[in-house]
Amino acid sequence: MNDFDYIRPATVPEAVAAAAAPGAAYLAAGTNLLDLMKGGVARPGRLVDVTRLPGLDAVEWLEDGGVRIGAMVRNADLAHDPRFAASFPAVAEALLSGASGQLRNAASVGGNLLQRTRCAYFADLDSACNKRVPGSGCDARAGENRLHAVLGWSDACIATHPSDFCVPLVALDAVVEIEGRGGRREVPLAELHRLPGDAPEKDTALEPGDLIVAVRLPAGAAAFAGHARYIKLRERTSYAFAVVSAAAMLRLEGGVIAEARLTLGGVAAKPWRDAWAEQALAGARPDEEAFRRAAELALAGARPSGDNAFKIELARRLVVRALALAASGTPERVPALPGSPFSSLPELHHDV
Amino acid sequence: MTFSISLTVNGVRRDVELDNPRVTLLDLLRERLQLTGTKKGCDRGQCGACTVLVDGRRINSCLALALSHDGADIRTIEGVAEGGHLHPVQEAFIAHDALQCGFCTPGQIMSAIGLIQEGQTDGDPERVREGMSGNLCRCSAYAGITEAVLDAQKKLAEAGGTDAGRRDAA
Repeated sequence: MNDFDYIRPATVPEAVAAAAAPGAAYLAAGTNLLDLMKGGVARPGRLVDVTRLPGLDAVEWLEDGGVRIGAMVRNADLAHDPRFAASFPAVAEALLSGASGQLRNAASVGGNLLQRTRCAYFADLDSACNKRVPGSGCDARAGENRLHAVLGWSDACIATHPSDFCVPLVALDAVVEIEGRGGRREVPLAELHRLPGDAPEKDTALEPGDLIVAVRLPAGAAAFAGHARYIKLRERTSYAFAVVSAAAMLRLEGGVIAEARLTLGGVAAKPWRDAWAEQALAGARPDEEAFRRAAELALAGARPSGDNAFKIELARRLVVRALALAASGTPERVPALPGSPFSSLPELHHDV
Repeated sequence: MTFSISLTVNGVRRDVELDNPRVTLLDLLRERLQLTGTKKGCDRGQCGACTVLVDGRRINSCLALALSHDGADIRTIEGVAEGGHLHPVQEAFIAHDALQCGFCTPGQIMSAIGLIQEGQTDGDPERVREGMSGNLCRCSAYAGITEAVLDAQKKLAEAGGTDAGRRDAA
């Protein structure tokens, strides 16, 4: 780990001023940043500790029925907040499908949004990586790339964004509140993460000094609570990143889909929401034919970036499964294996 | 530049001077306070051997900057037995043969104590396995670990030592 200065500001404006300096980085729980620093991937000259800034650790219900989640709320606390989990069950399921109990107890809401890709070439200093060293090339293109992007990638970078939490949040029109040198502004979460293009070193729309202070969900997001799932395919059933994942949410009226939300994870450098698929579902009966049509639309622009053509068909089938599970109703409680398509198959359980 | 921090570790206040901010909570416990029961396995948040309770919650101490936890209440494996009696989770690990080499065991036990306090498993082995997935055991004593956690949870609930009734509504 490189040497760095450590600053613990008392207020948000102090934090923004301290973090606007070149080479500075915010430190929240550090569950991703310290790991990257140990590997030499991140080398900040200054850490600005935001864990004790006032006003960042609350879940607030707004008068209009929306909710404002402070950036320092821990992942586990949000997932286990009874009112939040009842209103936005797919978000709770996504949170609980990610990482481990220890990491969820530490990791923050803001940090989850800003975690870096788990591309092995990004993490390996001996590999060429345009995200880590702009212009150095991309060893993933000719390397082990079966888990890499199938949507929105470029010749410069085929990495995916690893967050589960962000996937249902994008589906629900989450908005990010940012404090920066120019004051407070808001960015839709769907526009926070960037596709790589020819500048993959820039993950997000944030500028130096920008601090995420909260994430907001609009009042209408709770209307999907009865039919909302986050389904995540992994190479092992727990404590693994998504190969592909899907947040699927339906609002049913009289046996017909009045409104649908569909966002994919693990397929691109950002959560991948598809308006065409959502529109095609609206007005349809919640049956396999409608779900298959939505899956075709959602993956219509997909193309393999390497040995990962299987992810495209896998994602199509996952969309059908996630929509079918959402249509059958949100479970009363987050399943024992959150996000797992196997949770609903009791014969696969192997009790002690 | 030196940094002064104060922690409560296993009920005892410890004041520590750090001449460098890079020290993790894990390294502070092991190298500065000689509490080597907490193990350094991967040092990258993947194995769970370094699990400790911070303000009652289990976390990976290898991914926690010590300075950031100034003032925190830390509980390690050295501080779970009371008055010469093993903690019920420690007893259950012995009773259920939940270890072989023992390297991961302090982290497993601290994680199990944290998991039981979180009150989300309801005695369901699937939920216990899921809740313990952040702790790897390369001897693969998982079956015994799951039995031990379930047994300890039951005994603690009977003794009234947990809030076993708390769990998610959703």
